[in-house]
Amino acid sequence: MTATTMTPSEAKPRKSIRWGRIALYVFLTAMSVLWLLPLVWAVYTSLRTFGDTEVNGYFSLPAAVTLQNFFDAWTQGDLLRNYIQTLEIVIPGVIITLLLASMIAFAVTKFSWRFNMGILMLFVAGNLLPQQVIIVPLYRLYLALPVPAPFSDNGTLYDTTIGVLLIHIVFQTGFCVFVLSNYMKTLSKELTEAGLVDGASVFRIWWSIILPLCRPALAALATLEFTFIYNDFFWALLLIKTGDKRPITSALNNLQGEFFTNYNLLAACSVLVAIPTIVVYILLQKQFIRGLTLGSTKG
Amino acid sequence: MTQAREDTAPDRAGLTAGRAGAVAPRRRRHYSVLTRRDKILLGLMVGIPLFLDLIFIWGPAIASVILSFTQWNGIHGLTATDWVGLGNYEKLWSSYAPFWEGVKHNVLWFLVLMFIATPIGMFFAILLDREMRGSRIYQTIFYMPVVLSLAIVGLIWQLQYSQDNGMIDSILRGFGWSTPPDWFGDPSINLWAALVAASWRHVGYIMVLYLAGLKSVDPSLREAAAIDGANGTQTYLHVVFWVMMPINTVIVVVTSIEALRAFDIAYIINHGKNGLELLSTLITNNSISEASLIGFGSAIAVVLLTISLVPIVTFLTRIMREERE
Repeated sequence: MTATTMTPSEAKPRKSIRWGRIALYVFLTAMSVLWLLPLVWAVYTSLRTFGDTEVNGYFSLPAAVTLQNFFDAWTQGDLLRNYIQTLEIVIPGVIITLLLASMIAFAVTKFSWRFNMGILMLFVAGNLLPQQVIIVPLYRLYLALPVPAPFSDNGTLYDTTIGVLLIHIVFQTGFCVFVLSNYMKTLSKELTEAGLVDGASVFRIWWSIILPLCRPALAALATLEFTFIYNDFFWALLLIKTGDKRPITSALNNLQGEFFTNYNLLAACSVLVAIPTIVVYILLQKQFIRGLTLGSTKG
Repeated sequence: MTQAREDTAPDRAGLTAGRAGAVAPRRRRHYSVLTRRDKILLGLMVGIPLFLDLIFIWGPAIASVILSFTQWNGIHGLTATDWVGLGNYEKLWSSYAPFWEGVKHNVLWFLVLMFIATPIGMFFAILLDREMRGSRIYQTIFYMPVVLSLAIVGLIWQLQYSQDNGMIDSILRGFGWSTPPDWFGDPSINLWAALVAASWRHVGYIMVLYLAGLKSVDPSLREAAAIDGANGTQTYLHVVFWVMMPINTVIVVVTSIEALRAFDIAYIINHGKNGLELLSTLITNNSISEASLIGFGSAIAVVLLTISLVPIVTFLTRIMREERE
């Protein structure tokens, strides 16, 4: 069809557009391969045996492909323990952070107080601070704060799961307040006002009117926060001393030392730790992108 | 934007009307719907998180500043004899070589992310911002490293860089280089090697932020530019880039903060020593992990805090400006 209607003068630019397209695809494909290569190499290394790579070198075709390294890393590193620690921090961490953040965002966007802007700024700025700026006094504070026995072995907040959970909640609330308040601003004020006129308490309005409307933003934030907290290396590294109590990402610090002599095991361990966030990302890609976009473009 | 203006204007009169009742009696009746209980509840909803934020973030931030004037070792209580005034800063400035190394490395970290990784991310975003088959797949791939922790990124690159077992040196040996570099071990190059790893992750992050910005650009601007005879590159350089100034600010802020926060990669490679000193690792190494020089480490923290105030204040100013509009 197009060929018959095309005049020679039109044909030329189309041809160059087509070449442009091809160049674009070639470039992007080459870049994609480059981008995936480190991951592919890590997986490839993890599937080979130590004996195989010892003899043939790493840059060779595998003598055999095996999942043995994954089992070995799992049992030798006792990874299950660290994954459970991660869950104990990530699940309550995401839920409590979102609840607190939505309360603040609700209060500062739906009612005007004199200090609304100041409160918002305080939370946002707190989240932007490099963590290392506050770590030294925070570490001393954790050593000084008493925590009773079932939650702490040493009687302080230091070296406890709840200590790490707490700092995640406080730190991440800043980001979520920012995103949620941007989102709530787009909701009509009349909803709140109508609720108040009908005699609903502010708690009811927050819980039954505003939160359900924020579901898209909350879903996006839950996905992002899952990876933020799961990926944390710093807080748990410095606020938890016992390797067994560290969540999986921080436990890498000990595991790296343990597996240093066997790169196949180290690779398997890295892949195991990377899998949860990659799976969540592939399943919930839209949520990721929306979360980041809400945090950047509507500010 | 206009909607926001309409929203905030009557509302600002709203709660303050409770106090300035005589001026607007009708509004006051309207807002008296907020019972005492509601007000207490709202206070708690903001107050509890605010309290935690002050105790666990801003308190320690201020404490860092105070402690930086002391030589506290953390063993006994803080006493008057611990005060050293600007002593820690003098020592940092004149006799502690790793400090300047750290500053240099943080600056390089910023420059590489800002002027190499960020433009690549923007370029990818521009390429992918068009109707094309497979755009989603490319986006998925470029963004993939971003969902990984920087600690994992460090480990994954250790697998590439290892002198004996890594991919890169295996290839180099294949080309006949008998002793290829020890990328993470050699202090004259390990910062650059780490920056490659950090950039691998940063590019995807910037790409997604920028792509979202590009999608929000009013298409009629592009059409107008096309009618005026501008080609794609010209349209971008003369129109789109400038329309996207708010996103550009976010990107500069995000990149600066990433550079100041850099820690995980350096720590997982060699605990931030031997060529990978960063302000962040110097703080923890001096005050927590190895030594207990709390005052000295706090002085480094204050330097880091002061620098990070630049992007933070930039960002907050932007929010406030938008809020007013």
